[in-house]
Amino acid sequence: MALPAGKALRVVFGETLTEVAKTDPRVVVLDGDVASSTGAELFETEHPDRFLQMGIAEQNMLGVAAGLATVGFIPVISTFACFAVGRAFDSIRVLIAQPGLNVKIAGGYVGLLTASTGKTHQIFNDVAIMRSLANVSILAPADEVEAEQAIRAMVAIDGPFYMQVAREPSPVLFGPDYRFEFGRAVKLRVGSDVTLVSTGVETTRVFEAAEALAGRGIEATLLHVPTIKPLDEDALAEAAAVSGFVVVVEEQSILGGLGGAVAEALSDRQPVVVKRLGIPDIYGESGPNDLVLDKYRLSASKVAEDVEALLASRRQLLHGSNGGHVALT
Amino acid sequence: MTVVQASTGNLEATARQARREIVKAVAHAKAGHLGGPLSATDILTALYFRVLNIRPEEPDWPDRDRFVLSKGHSSIALYAVLALRGYFPVAELSTFDAIDSRLQGHPDMNSLAGLDMSSGSLGLGFSAAIGMALGARLAHRSFTTFVMLGDGECNEGIVWEGAHVAQRHALDHLVAIVDKNQLQQFNWRGEGPHGRRAPYTDSELRDRWSAFGWAVSEVDGHDIEAVVEALEAARNVVGQPAVVIAHTVKGKGVSFMENDFRWHSKVPTDEELATALAELAEPTVQRSGA
Repeated sequence: MALPAGKALRVVFGETLTEVAKTDPRVVVLDGDVASSTGAELFETEHPDRFLQMGIAEQNMLGVAAGLATVGFIPVISTFACFAVGRAFDSIRVLIAQPGLNVKIAGGYVGLLTASTGKTHQIFNDVAIMRSLANVSILAPADEVEAEQAIRAMVAIDGPFYMQVAREPSPVLFGPDYRFEFGRAVKLRVGSDVTLVSTGVETTRVFEAAEALAGRGIEATLLHVPTIKPLDEDALAEAAAVSGFVVVVEEQSILGGLGGAVAEALSDRQPVVVKRLGIPDIYGESGPNDLVLDKYRLSASKVAEDVEALLASRRQLLHGSNGGHVALT
Repeated sequence: MTVVQASTGNLEATARQARREIVKAVAHAKAGHLGGPLSATDILTALYFRVLNIRPEEPDWPDRDRFVLSKGHSSIALYAVLALRGYFPVAELSTFDAIDSRLQGHPDMNSLAGLDMSSGSLGLGFSAAIGMALGARLAHRSFTTFVMLGDGECNEGIVWEGAHVAQRHALDHLVAIVDKNQLQQFNWRGEGPHGRRAPYTDSELRDRWSAFGWAVSEVDGHDIEAVVEALEAARNVVGQPAVVIAHTVKGKGVSFMENDFRWHSKVPTDEELATALAELAEPTVQRSGA
């Protein structure tokens, strides 16, 4: 069952911030000359005095944001994830994360789908990098419903945030009654064969994959993690226990991202086998979105195939041809 | 609290006392920097005793002038001046760089009240100061933001990113001070003291800031009265940000440290400390009231 079409999260980013700023005079946007790409363009139209063009100079932009925060403003950064995290890392580390200043970093163009720009603009370890910074909360909403609420929460909660904002339209996963809760994971379905854990817009694909797997007799629990840090370890341990077999799927490197966070948490809380589906330890490439997603095996159909294969090999290991039993957990 | 306007004579004595505290603190901690702090001491004294509109008893006063020590490795000079100005007890300077101390090796705004920004990774404090100046304008506050950089620090690319942005936003309530002591940590090989050449010649630094659209002035960074005058003039520049290039001597005040890059972050021996303190003692002729 395919999910209904929805807005791109970058559009929701621009719309929501523009709305929030109407009632919260502290909100300002700092743009690294990409507002027409990140969705912040609307904010400039509606709040020109609070839209601060910082030019193509990200290190300085993040430092300026820190200074603005000390005067009581809530600066929101509009740039691409690769530039915010890659280029301006030291400004973030020393001026924002260490002092715990109230700066909101929106990383646009996350993951593989970066408008055919290829590996320079594809950063797959933004979560891994930002997760390593104390004091920084990390959000990765899945669809327009969740993104709007997550952006409002990010502005409302004091402290440094990093939020992944995907470029391409994302199907609608959540109904109007959905309530985003900071720090809480969301169980989207329950099944005892495998526990799928995902985040960001990838969850919409994993959801479709889980539905497809159900049609093949495989019932999955699906846990969506919109707050990557702090991680909802309780929900994770509980979901892991249902099947004893966890597969993390993310549009990130398999090194250090959500998969790393889940493996770390579960090794403490609920030791089970954790498999990670994502981008292997390589760089990306440009190309049409559907072909890129297929090639890196993050489309719904490829995720379903790979989860099915992982389950098959697990079954073989657990109940080998000689009928013996190998304890894996 | 009414701020007592000290005379120039008193400010010179204050700066001398700050230098004694700096040398003692570094010797006590057996760590820290000396050359840079000693070149910056007179400017910091001018700022905290004459220029900055501040309330030491209310360090978070929203309308205070802001100061960012972007050359954060000169922290001990800032701590010494803050202590003398009444932000915390002078005796606490002996905890510089100690475990659990508020006086961290580089300024930590979370541990010590009175620090407007953490700094230490060169160039970053300058960007934060630009943010404070933008914030003042947006919040309709009239404070001025002062930020001190080293001339070596001007190697950092972020400085020139910020210089461009500050000019674009016409931040005329932002004043940068370059402590131009002509030496860095290890330096460029070439002609100069100890076979080392300055990071920038006089005209290079002046021309660069000027080309970036800043109002540039220059001053003897050890003539406190002249520094006060230059900073006040820079504060009053309209329509563009201002930079004061302060010509200073690295290690100023201690003869064997002056202009010697090896004293960038060297700890004095007991004997060297005694010599330094003797050189920094109050001149007896002046004290007898001539």
